Amino acid sequence: MVMMTTVLEARNLVKEYPGVTAVNGVSFSVPEGICFGLLGPNGAGKTTTVEIIEGVLAATSGEVYYYGAPAGTRFRQEAGIQFQNTALQDFLTVRETLEMFRALYDRKADLEPLIEQCSLGELLDRDNRKLSGGQRQRLLLAVALVNRPRLVFLDEPTTGLDPQARRNFWDLVQNIRAQGASIVLTTHYMDEAQILCDDIAIMDAGEIITQGSPDELLRRRYKGLIIELPIRDLTDDLRQIEHTVHENLGIVEIVTGDVSASLQQLSPHVTSLNHIKIRQPNLEDLFLDLTGHSLRA
Amino acid sequence: MFGRIYAIFQGRNREFLRDKASFAWNMLLPVILIFGLSFTLGGDRNAYTVGVLQDGEAIVEEQHPFLEMRYIRFVPIRDKDDALIKISRHQLDLLVEFGDAPRYWVNPDSAKGHFVELALLQSDSNTPARIEKEKITGDAIRYADWVLPGILGMNMMFSCMFGVGYVVVRYRKNGFLKRLRATPLSSFEFISAQVASRMVLITGITVVVFTATHIILDTRMEGSYFTLFLVAIVGAISMVSLGLVISARVTSEELAGGLLNMVNWPMMLLSGVWFSLEGAGPFLQNLAKVFPLTHVLDAARSVMLDGATLAEVAPSLGALTALSAVFIGIGARVFRWGPF
Repeated sequence: MVMMTTVLEARNLVKEYPGVTAVNGVSFSVPEGICFGLLGPNGAGKTTTVEIIEGVLAATSGEVYYYGAPAGTRFRQEAGIQFQNTALQDFLTVRETLEMFRALYDRKADLEPLIEQCSLGELLDRDNRKLSGGQRQRLLLAVALVNRPRLVFLDEPTTGLDPQARRNFWDLVQNIRAQGASIVLTTHYMDEAQILCDDIAIMDAGEIITQGSPDELLRRRYKGLIIELPIRDLTDDLRQIEHTVHENLGIVEIVTGDVSASLQQLSPHVTSLNHIKIRQPNLEDLFLDLTGHSLRA
Repeated sequence: MFGRIYAIFQGRNREFLRDKASFAWNMLLPVILIFGLSFTLGGDRNAYTVGVLQDGEAIVEEQHPFLEMRYIRFVPIRDKDDALIKISRHQLDLLVEFGDAPRYWVNPDSAKGHFVELALLQSDSNTPARIEKEKITGDAIRYADWVLPGILGMNMMFSCMFGVGYVVVRYRKNGFLKRLRATPLSSFEFISAQVASRMVLITGITVVVFTATHIILDTRMEGSYFTLFLVAIVGAISMVSLGLVISARVTSEELAGGLLNMVNWPMMLLSGVWFSLEGAGPFLQNLAKVFPLTHVLDAARSVMLDGATLAEVAPSLGALTALSAVFIGIGARVFRWGPF
């Protein structure tokens, strides 16, 4: 059996503010070469956790290890970081920004391939202030890659991007991973996590509530498919229907391992089947089950 | 380390030079002040200060009616030669000695001196004036000559302190400092780059403004340009460092503005930009020595007006260097990258 090297290990991280414990005993490890997702709603503590690991925020307690040693100088040289919100210097062009950040590291990426990889060729002489949201995210990603990082942190990288820009960004992330870098991704987009992540940890209220690969977590929780139908199409109380049932935003969700049998059982209790949907369970369902509220709440 | 310092230094320079409005203001403010004071307002100050040559500390008003006049500050003087230099440098408007042979000295190029002289001559109107006018030896210095270092120093002070203080607070607020924190850049490297950047920029601006006013107004320059340049560089470093200390932990522009003003205004008033502290109490005179601008102006005026050599301004340069070391040390120690 091949033992995977652990790039990053967080041990029992705690961050307390007066009256609030933002991170409460978070531990996880990231094997080399994977994309690790830290999921959770806004305020779950995932950005705080990542910023402690990145060294920009001091933990109340806990340790961070990089390749088995306490994270320090080597970590700063080898980690690439894209924050959720980062201002860049005004009046600098894209090329000047890249050159400035590149000069801060001993490890330096070749700029030309990086510029091509992040599709910044047309923007090199443009002032940072005149970039669109997607262009800016691509520049911030390129800034995170100027040191040929072995570990890349992406904090909510696609928040605020349009669907096409998001998909382009996902291609970039997969490209980075294909080049051998490990990735820690925080997001509240479930589709993003399912597409990009090999392993995920779901956080809520400062704690990790479950961890594993997306498929494994879903298999562990759900044996079958989900039937969705509007609550207005039901004639009876939900409790009269067997199987696992949720109600959310006027939609009833029924988890079933036998769709045909469930539909037969449902038919006397519904006025119409025109609005019925059958789908695979996803991470949003899992989070709802685990916490009782939506990921984007 | 130097590569990283240079990268931040270069980035900050570009940001400053391309912000045309701020850049233009930094250039124009001192020019407007100098030309305004020299031409529009006649270039003189408002307060009258008269030295009274005597042995004791207490001035006995009864010895002459002039000493009872209001709106004139009378300062006891023991050293006549020193007082005559101050007259020529507009630090005193008039020097007077009463006694058996009353006499006075006045700078013929000083408007205030002229009016105080008239006041003196009119003050004893019951009897014919019996007071002799003495000539001052050497060149009298115009007020423009005296105030030029003050205005350049003041501009340097505002540019260094607000330019760096506000920028650092803005960087901290908008997360740019946090982004830099995630790189191998240390707080000492960041602070050094900021000090170097502002020092180069403000020294460049000061050189341009000095050259222009020196040529157009034919201002006095008795000493070495190199020594004066050195004073400007060391002074700029010291004032940028003070700005960095003030902004080392602040996260709000409003608070930063308040703190910077709290230091800038006393520094401007006590450092001798507009008027001399001659006659002020020892507490204020000692307090003024805490401010870098005091040492900058002392050294610059000595070089420009008296032709002081590098060795003669070394104490001021030493004081500025010591202040810079203290400010940078404290700044690097208490510096905070993020808002928390």
